Amino acid sequence: MSGYFDIPSDLQHSYLGLIGLHLREALIPVLAGLLLSLPVAQLCVRFRWLYPPVLGVTTVLYAIPSLAFFVVLIDYTGQSETTVMIPLAVYSLVVLVPAIVDGVRSVPQETLDAATAMGFGPVRRYLQVQLPIAVPAIIAGLRVATVSSISLVSVGMLIGNQGALGNLLNDANIYHRPELAVTSVVTTAALAILADAALALVRVVLTPWMPRKGATR
Amino acid sequence: MAVDRLSLEIPDRSITVLVGPSGCGKTTTLRMINRMIEPSEGTILLDGVDIQKQPVNTLRRSMGYVIQNAGLFQHRSIVDNIATVPRLLGWSKQRARERAAELMERVGLDSSLAKRYPYQLSGGQQQRVGVARALAADPPVLLMDEPFSAVDPVVRKGLQDELLRIQSELGKTIVFVTHDIDEAIKLGTMVAVMRTGGRLAQYAPPAELLTAPADAFVEDFLGADRGIRRLSFFPSGALELQTAPVVAQDADAAKIAARGSADVPYLLVTDLDGKPLGWGEPKDLKAGEITPERLLPYGRPFVHGSDSLRAALDGAVLSPTGWAVGVDDTGRVVGVVSQQTIGEAIRNAHAQGSGDDVRAAG
Repeated sequence: MSGYFDIPSDLQHSYLGLIGLHLREALIPVLAGLLLSLPVAQLCVRFRWLYPPVLGVTTVLYAIPSLAFFVVLIDYTGQSETTVMIPLAVYSLVVLVPAIVDGVRSVPQETLDAATAMGFGPVRRYLQVQLPIAVPAIIAGLRVATVSSISLVSVGMLIGNQGALGNLLNDANIYHRPELAVTSVVTTAALAILADAALALVRVVLTPWMPRKGATR
Repeated sequence: MAVDRLSLEIPDRSITVLVGPSGCGKTTTLRMINRMIEPSEGTILLDGVDIQKQPVNTLRRSMGYVIQNAGLFQHRSIVDNIATVPRLLGWSKQRARERAAELMERVGLDSSLAKRYPYQLSGGQQQRVGVARALAADPPVLLMDEPFSAVDPVVRKGLQDELLRIQSELGKTIVFVTHDIDEAIKLGTMVAVMRTGGRLAQYAPPAELLTAPADAFVEDFLGADRGIRRLSFFPSGALELQTAPVVAQDADAAKIAARGSADVPYLLVTDLDGKPLGWGEPKDLKAGEITPERLLPYGRPFVHGSDSLRAALDGAVLSPTGWAVGVDDTGRVVGVVSQQTIGEAIRNAHAQGSGDDVRAAG
């Protein structure tokens, strides 16, 4: 059993330390992506013509291999966590921007009219009406982005052991300890499932106003 | 152009209905009042002051707004939906909620619904919340855009009656948009009939509209039975009811024989409480053996005095005997009246030209 959790010293982290590092490298980019997506999505809602080109750009960015990102970024941010996290943040946009745009657009016109007629200004209307109603769609997007980010962190291994749990794959290879690869893969998958479940729970807590399954009007 | 050179004077503390076919600019007109649509020319005065003179959101917070499907905030509880405008005006949460609870009672919503969310309410209940939300900050003006169009006819009638009741208590200045001419006639103190292109076809009290449509368009829009509908404005109180053809279920043979005559081919049998059971021919009625199942149906009774001639005529038409049954508030028979008598009352009412001051009762 100890073989699975006996982490080689070159990684300078315990098993739990690697998990913490992995979560940090995966979740900070999603958070940054969310903060960037909100204003971008709002612009796309406000100016409809902007949405197709923005969608095109995020898709092209998503198509760039992370290795190519690393080659460019390494000159500026070095062999660091930041170099791993920047591409992950960019990748999250391809999911988050459409999720937020669709969510905000799903607010019924009569709800918006009612808000306007009651004297909500545009900012207040966005923050107090559109955004809260878009929460289910936004969290659906966050779930996909988070799971994908957790699995993508491993590639950071290629730039000097910056891949958290992914570094175990490399160690499994150089130390001939295949059990480390099993630990890496199983732990990453477990993290992804737990993060997904946590977000699903957050959604339920934040939206008591959603019809429960099977409930009718 | 949606609305073209429309000039309307909307009276204070009464319901003004804008009615017309779709695309006639009635919603556009309504939305110009709270500046959700800005007119390209012309002015709108509120108490003599141009509505452009104050900040738009201040203006809107001083006008309640009710729309089709209610447009509730699905992410807020019922009480918070109703408290929206008071909160915008800076009331404390506590005070806004107290006010919301008060309004729920006023619009006939059970207080147990306060913590529910809109999806848990029926369409009719949601619409009541919409009305309560519009009234929350006690605005002098209420704008209503087809508020009851999306609910079924029974619920709609209930909501209309409720609106008239609330209006009699609060006396708001209400502008009400609908495409339903019956709704317009029932609710309106004044009715503005609009035609396509946002032009005013006629602006008149409902009784006048039915009596003297301005042109073929208005006449067509009022529909085929405007004569019958106009009867809604004539009270039934002036009808002379007959009590002779009414017998109780336990009447004896002599009484039954005495009541029947050539003028009175049928007798109305009531139960011991005075509630109607049905009609029977005097020769078929055997004392002590009258069974309600064998009587002819009595149609739909009208409440003498508070119902209109329309309700009385309807009752007479529905009854196979051609006689209408008049009852009091508790449903007890006060007398019966024949189609002929109702016809005379209608002719008299027309001759007097009265009815203009009477509110729609049917």
